[in-house]
Amino acid sequence: MVVLDAPFPVVDPRIGEDVDEGAARRTLREQIARLERQLGDAVVSAFPQTRLEIRPAGGGGGPRMLSLGELERQRDGLEVRLREVRSVLEARGAEVERNRVLLERMLLEPKRYKFARLHRADVDMGGCGAWQVRPRLGLIGMLMGWWQVKLSSGCPLAT
Amino acid sequence: MTDPELGWIDPRVAEELPRLRLWELRVEARDGPSPPTMRERLRLLSDRFHGAKAIAMRREPVPHAYRVLFRHLGIDPDEDRTPVEAAALARLRHGGFQSQGLLADALLLAVIETGVPVWALDDAKVEGGLGIRPSTGTESLGRGELAHDVVPGRLVVADDHGPLAQLFGDVAPEHAVSAETTAMRLFSVQAPGVPGIHVEEALWTCTEALDTT
Repeated sequence: MVVLDAPFPVVDPRIGEDVDEGAARRTLREQIARLERQLGDAVVSAFPQTRLEIRPAGGGGGPRMLSLGELERQRDGLEVRLREVRSVLEARGAEVERNRVLLERMLLEPKRYKFARLHRADVDMGGCGAWQVRPRLGLIGMLMGWWQVKLSSGCPLAT
Repeated sequence: MTDPELGWIDPRVAEELPRLRLWELRVEARDGPSPPTMRERLRLLSDRFHGAKAIAMRREPVPHAYRVLFRHLGIDPDEDRTPVEAAALARLRHGGFQSQGLLADALLLAVIETGVPVWALDDAKVEGGLGIRPSTGTESLGRGELAHDVVPGRLVVADDHGPLAQLFGDVAPEHAVSAETTAMRLFSVQAPGVPGIHVEEALWTCTEALDTT
């Protein structure tokens, strides 16, 4: 008889019992430091347009020397949070992209986007103001089909 | 005035975090109300410090090093803020750095200027040198009536007699600087990755601010 599928090698569960965990902990600490850096970068790059809710992992309890398992949980928790933050940023990026396309179309064919309104923040631009498709010369423009995009003036004056 | 001295680190802690350091400095100074110059300095510092800076802070090397150390020690810096971030958050909440007395202002100034936290103890109530070690099962934080049990395994700042503060926590009340204090023991924790000059600068900033003569 010919065996087509070679059996999976069985991992000896005793492997690692006497292995020094120090190197593994060092590696995990490096990974945690890298993830913390990436999380910080993501948070800073999102500011001020996107509001990110950084959910604390909880389960603190004070400074202590972490075991290998605790370091792993710490690393995994950070990875999950980084993924969450990045997905929020990606969604925001896609939304901004859609809004930019919409703005381009509004500028090209205002007639097709009557009364459409986009804020500067919607296209990740700082400051106040909004683009709005409005009829030229008011009611006459509406009846004649004369539409234009107007950019409203800046931020209101501080009182 | 003496130079900052290196404290001791428990070998088990040093093995895991080889670049963690504790520095201490004895200063002859008393606490009291802040002079107008200090309050003015805090006001100027408040003007320099705004929301965007507070957000960007976590990417700066020194605050980042403390965030990483917090994570390595099992503390979530998004829940229990690092000292510099806690000071920044208080600034944003209150609309400015508020003067709370000479010592508190000096410690605040040091952490905001350098990113490195500094704490103070009453020198008369410290026995021997300071260091970092895990607490044992039978210890209490501080001595006297206000002492309370400390969870075994927590990292503490201790003298020859016992724990005086949880690492990155408040000092035990009976060892804190009081109206009777004539000399203080300043100490700072150097996170791995933070250059020693920053720690030195933090301690000197604090010492200079306490020197009102």
